[in-house]
Amino acid sequence: MSIAVSHGHDATLIGLDAEHAGPASKRIVTGFGFWIFILSDMVMFSCFFAAYAVLLGETNGGPSGAELFNLKNVAVETACLLLSSFACGMASIAAEVRNHLWFQIAMAVTCVLGLAFLAIEFHEFADLVARGAGPSRSAFLSAFFTLVGCHGLHVSGGILWLLTMMAQVFAKGFRADILRRFLCFALFWHALDIIWVAVFSVVYLLGSAV
Amino acid sequence: MSDVELRHQTDLAPGDEEQVSVKVRVLGYLIGLGLAILLTATSFFVAGTDLVWQPSIPVAIIVLAIAQMGVHLVFFLHITTGPDNSNNVLALAFGLLIVFLVIGGSLWIMANLNHNMLPMDQIMQMQR
Repeated sequence: MSIAVSHGHDATLIGLDAEHAGPASKRIVTGFGFWIFILSDMVMFSCFFAAYAVLLGETNGGPSGAELFNLKNVAVETACLLLSSFACGMASIAAEVRNHLWFQIAMAVTCVLGLAFLAIEFHEFADLVARGAGPSRSAFLSAFFTLVGCHGLHVSGGILWLLTMMAQVFAKGFRADILRRFLCFALFWHALDIIWVAVFSVVYLLGSAV
Repeated sequence: MSDVELRHQTDLAPGDEEQVSVKVRVLGYLIGLGLAILLTATSFFVAGTDLVWQPSIPVAIIVLAIAQMGVHLVFFLHITTGPDNSNNVLALAFGLLIVFLVIGGSLWIMANLNHNMLPMDQIMQMQR
């Protein structure tokens, strides 16, 4: 490759473009690696979605989605997660312009909205179990709890990561390695919101139509 | 090849934007948020209404969900079609291929099995 670069024009002609001046920066390599992880996480979620779609009607005489789901709750959850994704975007901008105050404010907002989402979801799960519609009631409910619970676990993990990032930026400042970690965190948080879009559409809206 | 051109053609990490002012960036997120709210509201409205032809509702919800995921990818994750993003887009394309194979394949196969299987009470009788 170094030879190709030194003969720039010839290299372009034979397709070995001289556009890469060397190995990609660490930020690009880290970000791309984490992007691959997120995509494989989405593949895992797709398996749970497939299971849910297949088992949607298998209620074993128990309650169906239409009887269980409270769409008003789901709308509030969706709003929380969407706004927290937006706040996370604001934190990304604050990190890029190295503004400590706005970074911590935006991250705190992200955290509070994420916690609100989790609280509503936990309340919903507890309510379902109390009504005798726990994960062991039917194949449909097993698939429901696995899929939505898996997303909830991801959000919980994301909040722990978020708090770690706030502490690290506070203690160590906007160092290059901290910023790389934050890039990965932002990718993760936005990806969770994308998965939630699929969850509220497929699980709740389609599930309550059946 | 000039220096500027060289810099322009390097890759971008997923989630990173090209260098633009803070105002433009915030505006990008605001546009994304607005579109996402619009699409979400539409899909909640469509799910609960009897104003549209009922069999079209599941299709509409799925189309709206895919559109919203696209909005999130472009405005929040900054996955674009630019030349500096081709690695990220190709990885995404492969991920999507697997996702569609898994979901589509499962639904297709299981529907077929269900269709070709005897009703459960007849199976129970045969095993007696």
